[in-house]
Formats: sequence, structure tokens, C-alpha cells
Amino acid sequence: MSDQNKIIAPDGSGEKKMIFAMATIGIICAFLIVVTYESTKVTIENNRAKALEDAVFQVIPGITKTKTFQLNPDQTFTEMTTNNPKVQKVLAGYDDQGVFKGVAFQGSGKAYGDVLSLLFGYDPDQQKIIGFYVLESKETPGIGDKIEKDPFLSNMKSMDVALNENLADLKNEIKTVKNGQKTNAWEIDAITGATITSRAVGNILNTSSKEWIPKIYKNKQTFLSNVKTEK
Amino acid sequence: MSLTDQNMPNKGFFSSLGEHQGTDDFLRGLWRDNPVFVQVLGMCPSLAVSNSAMNALAMGLATTFVLTMSNVLISMLRNFIPKEVRIASYILIIATFVSMVDYVIQAVSVDLHKSLGAFIALIVVNCIILSRAEAFASKNTVGRSLMDGLGMGLGFMFALFCIGSIREIIGSGTLLGFQVMPDTFEKWVIMVLPAGGFFTLACWLLIFNHYKIKKSKA
Repeated sequence: MSDQNKIIAPDGSGEKKMIFAMATIGIICAFLIVVTYESTKVTIENNRAKALEDAVFQVIPGITKTKTFQLNPDQTFTEMTTNNPKVQKVLAGYDDQGVFKGVAFQGSGKAYGDVLSLLFGYDPDQQKIIGFYVLESKETPGIGDKIEKDPFLSNMKSMDVALNENLADLKNEIKTVKNGQKTNAWEIDAITGATITSRAVGNILNTSSKEWIPKIYKNKQTFLSNVKTEK
Repeated sequence: MSLTDQNMPNKGFFSSLGEHQGTDDFLRGLWRDNPVFVQVLGMCPSLAVSNSAMNALAMGLATTFVLTMSNVLISMLRNFIPKEVRIASYILIIATFVSMVDYVIQAVSVDLHKSLGAFIALIVVNCIILSRAEAFASKNTVGRSLMDGLGMGLGFMFALFCIGSIREIIGSGTLLGFQVMPDTFEKWVIMVLPAGGFFTLACWLLIFNHYKIKKSKA
């Protein structure tokens, strides 16, 4: 340590040198980070958008086209015009003939390992969830990630999410039940050994359905009418 | 660790690149002083992201990039950085390259970024990188630091691949995503879980130490 002490000159030039060195390194580092961030920004945004779009094809079977809609403050939907990531959005799916097939909405919540982010496909005509995809998961490999495979996936192929009479809430709360005890179309058959993850999926679906489905159902015509403008 | 031969006098930029010394710096990290199997450093990422060969390779490449670039920059600035603020400066430089790698991986593949998760950001505190900055790059020429960074980085990648490929073959029946085990093979799920990482690492350390002891006796 004795040779280190020599470096600080008594007139204070040592301190100046330290501040100068740190500041210079800080500027070089800031420059490098900003250049990398700016040059990768567009690609990253495109990748994210593409990943979401690919996921929509998984949750609404039989579609060939998608369209993004944004939620307006007055609870109506219009076609997405901004790139603002804070705007809440849903994606509508259409088949070859431009026939509206369903809407995909996102939901996320706490599961066994960190946040679980999911995408659901909803068919307003049948009032059912018709597909499910895991966007982001840190669940235990080999146990919690079974939610991405059959037989768990079959829970989500025809799940009843019908609305009550005043169209404000779900008629039946979505519940996760023990493996093999599913009797109603609004129940989720849990995975043995992955109860926490299964329950988390149920909770996320329940919360996000209550939030999105009344809005989507009331605005069903918006998604339908857009087919014509598309063609 | 053979730290004795690292503190050679400086000979100027790149002067030693073509010499035997550069090759020696490179090979030391790759094999003789392998960061994982011999120095037993960087255990956290070695165990956590080695559940598949692809993750191991990606993590190894990211670490190699950060290690090489930070070694080069730190070596360039070694006479400019006062000793009192050297750790802060090294961490700043390392964190910069990690942020760059983080953006680049996101641009290359969202899936890859998803599977490496928090471990990319944690390269900042990987002790291999700071130890090479402190023990080597701050005292040696840019050329030698470059070779040292490459050697240590690729040595880390090699070790991760050794662990990752075995865990993937036994735990998932595949290698780099291609099926290598017959359909009848019952997958050992434990191998892709954290416990499997410890088992595999222990087996590799056993082999390396056995080889080392045998060599020292001979």
C-alpha cells in the first residue's frame, strides 16, 4: 500500500487526476452504450413485434393476417397508429378470406419463478378462449414449463369465458382445480407437481379476462368492420 | 494459477503479438489455467446457464466479447487510470461492454435473450473478468491482454460447452436442438435442473484433477 500513497501529490493534483480519469472513462462508456443502443433499437423493436405476431398465430388457429388495435381512453378500439409502447393493445386475427377469427390479449402476473407473461386467444362469437401461449416464463424447466405442452394446453382450447347479463363481468370465475377434477368449461385442470404455476395461469387468465373481455365483446363490430377496409 | 510469468515488463502495443508469448497467454486461459475447471471461477453462470449447449455457447461468446474488449480497453488506459479509482473504472468499463452485449443479443434473437435471462446482466460481476482486468490487463501490453482475454473467454466457453452438452444430452436427449438419443430414452429431468449442473461440474473437475495429479507425479 505504501507505493499507492505516493501517487497522491500534496498539492491535490492526485484528486484532479482521479476525477479527470473517471469522467473521461464515463464519457467513453456513455458514448459506446448510446451508439449500441441507437443502432440496435429498431431491430429489437421489430424482433419484439414479430415475436408477438408469431405468438398470435399460435393462439388463434387458422389465421393468416393480423391487425393491431389500440385501446382508447373512451374504452373503444381503433387501429394502432402510434408506436408508443405504453398504449394498451390487442391483436385481431383474420383468415385468408379476411373473416374475423378472434382477438389476442396479453396478461401477466407473479408465478413460481418471477413474472409469467401470457397471450390468450379469444373468440367473441363463441365467447371462448381458444388458444394460449407463454410469452415470458422463468418457471422450473421440466416442471413448471409443462404449461406450454399438452395436456395442459388442451385446457385452453375451448374455455368458457361467457359474460354475465350486463356484459360487465365474467359469468363464471375461472378457477384452477386439482388434476383430473375439471368438470366445467371454465375450470383449469392443474398439473400435478406444478400447482403454483397452474394456479398462476388461472389467476392471470381470470384477471386479464375480466379486464379485456367485456371491452372486446362490446366492441366486436370494430374488429369485424375492419375487414372491409383491409380488403 | 501460474501468475508468476504474467508481470513481464511492457514492450509497447502489439509488440508481443507475433511472438511465442502471445500464444502462451492464449493457451494458458484455454487449457492450463482454465477459468472454470482449474481456477474454479465464475461458478454462478457456469451452473445456471449450462442447461443446454446453445445457452452455454451464447453465454460463452458474450463473456468472451466482454472479457476481450474490457481487457483491451483497460490495458490501453492502464497508465491513465490512477490506482485509487481503478476498481471503479474497471467496473464501469466492464458494465459498458455488458450493456452493449445485452442490446446485441436482443437484436440477434429474442428467444436467446429470453433463455439467458438475468445472466447477461450478471456478466458485470463475473469474477473472471474483474480478476483478469486486475491481475493481467492493468499490467500488460494491449496485445498480450487481447490474447489473454481471448484465451480466458474461450476457455470459459469451452468449459460451459462441456457442461452444457452433457446436461442437454442426458436431460433433454438432444444436442444443440438435434435429437441424439433414441425415442425410448427416458430423459433425466434432474440434469437440466440446478442439481444436474453440480453433478456434471463435479465429474469434469474430477477428470481435470485426476489428469493434473497424474501429470505432476510423472
